[in-house]
Amino acid sequence: MLRFIAGRLIVVLSVGLTLSIVTFFLLNYVIDPAQAIAGEDALFEEIEQIREQYGFDRSITIRYFEWFSGIFQGDLGISYYWNKPVISLLIDRAPETITLALMSVSVTILISIPLGILAALNPNSLIDRIALGIAVTAQAVPNFWLGLIMILIFALAIPIFPVSGDKTLFHFVLPSIVLGASSVPAVMRLMRTGLLDVINADFIRTARSSGFYGWRLVFNHALRNALLPVVSVLAVQLGNKFGGSVITESVFAINGLGRLALESILGADIPTVQILVFVFAIIFLFFNLLADILNAYLDPRLRL
Amino acid sequence: MIFKTFIKRLFPRSFDNEIYNLRPKDLIIRKSSNHGGFKFGLSLLIIIFLFAIFGPIILDVSPYEQDLTKRLLPPVWKEGGSWEYIFGTDGNGRDYFARILYGTRISLTIGFGAACVGMIIGVSLGVCAGYFGGWVDQVVSYLLTCQLALPGLLLAMTIVFLIGPSITVVIFVIGATHWAFFLVVSRSATQKIKSLDYVTAASAIGASKFQIIIRDIIPNTFSQIIVIFTLEVGIAILNEASLSFLGVGIQPPTPSWGLLIAEGKEAIFFQPWLIILPGIALFTLVVSINMMGDGLRDITDPNSKVSEE
Repeated sequence: MLRFIAGRLIVVLSVGLTLSIVTFFLLNYVIDPAQAIAGEDALFEEIEQIREQYGFDRSITIRYFEWFSGIFQGDLGISYYWNKPVISLLIDRAPETITLALMSVSVTILISIPLGILAALNPNSLIDRIALGIAVTAQAVPNFWLGLIMILIFALAIPIFPVSGDKTLFHFVLPSIVLGASSVPAVMRLMRTGLLDVINADFIRTARSSGFYGWRLVFNHALRNALLPVVSVLAVQLGNKFGGSVITESVFAINGLGRLALESILGADIPTVQILVFVFAIIFLFFNLLADILNAYLDPRLRL
Repeated sequence: MIFKTFIKRLFPRSFDNEIYNLRPKDLIIRKSSNHGGFKFGLSLLIIIFLFAIFGPIILDVSPYEQDLTKRLLPPVWKEGGSWEYIFGTDGNGRDYFARILYGTRISLTIGFGAACVGMIIGVSLGVCAGYFGGWVDQVVSYLLTCQLALPGLLLAMTIVFLIGPSITVVIFVIGATHWAFFLVVSRSATQKIKSLDYVTAASAIGASKFQIIIRDIIPNTFSQIIVIFTLEVGIAILNEASLSFLGVGIQPPTPSWGLLIAEGKEAIFFQPWLIILPGIALFTLVVSINMMGDGLRDITDPNSKVSEE
């Protein structure tokens, strides 16, 4: 087990390192940062001045090493747009996004797992068709549009949840539904096919023949095995939610990391953007690693 | 007829399964004509395509022409709407029906363009990884992990914003951030095909590795790639709409659906149809593409049965 974790950890660390290089060079070499700060209509002299002022005239390799070693000392650079250290921006904004990510994954679990189980237990029935319909719809609805429609409905017709802001947990209900809905199709289909496979397995027939039936059979025997892949996919989805928070947070005016990302991009604030891309990637890798370890822990066959 | 019934009585099994009687092409046609979801998706998509291609030619409407005396007219089914502007007008007095109609072209162009870019990247990497194996496979898997870990939308937003938004840039950026599925599927398909007899036969008669990949492997991964391709078109269309909605995709005055929704957002409580209509258009297009993709998956799956009809 330890060897397995160590092996996965090495992969994650090297991917993280590669990504830090890729993002840094993409945002500092492919695109001229001085030009981006100065704007499109800037004069040549202005761009040159900014280049010297921010130290962009030095070699890109040196700047990369400065930036990368800074990360380990807690110095993530200074944002041009907000005139603040990037780390304080991250600390300010992170709680909102973490709340949103956790709540939206809960929404996904609450909708997709019961539906998936019901659909698998009654294949080709009405409930199976409804579940399929929900999956097809959720897959095709644009996230931001669903958010706006929610705002329209909950502001005019049924005003029970606030539609904008992040003051209380109630403010997070609608955004979580919107963000959570996007993972429903994948998780529900996985739950359904997984449970269908398990129900037809030999050990379920054995359990059935030794007297287990109904919900006890499903919960104690079938579901345990079918949930394995679902749990790991949920971990990956949780990692995805951070990067996916950009749209939902800007629609519902939540001051989290996603909105920070959008505002920084529109302000051409490269230090903040490159840290955010890197942080989201690391979060994704972390949850992926967690999913792998969890899977290996639950299923010894995977520890190779 | 009598003869056929007689034969059927004699050998019931061979006629139970239509697979024995049909050529592969006929089998596919039979399967697809029995698949409701596929038929629905395909016909809806064809209608949308016809609208996108011929609509602007036949109907004499302009998505750019402004008439500030006719701002924010309601659509025809609302009070005060007229048949002159079926979907009403937007905040600048432009015909909303024309804007949505032209938006179909943009969504389709970007959806299919970006899926093509993603397919070229993903399939070439995947086929190489599957065929050569060894270190090539490891390098490609590593690239795949990197691609999956990068927050695609965020990166696409940044690059589009900094390079300068245009339809070509959006197509390439969305394509370059969406090739993971193509890679995974073409890699596993190639691994299966490469050990088949006809590949061995091809290399025995002296075909080069390149020839084998081009002539024997890629054509046979096609049925699986086309499924991923359709689903990726849908994803790319939604992605473009998101980018345009956030202001880092297609720029005004070009009528992209995401942009229309972003413009309508200002008046969400007063003129809700400005966001509802383009959203419905987007949803209809993506649903038709996804239903076609799901149908194609069932149809091209060799284990799926031909339903009795």
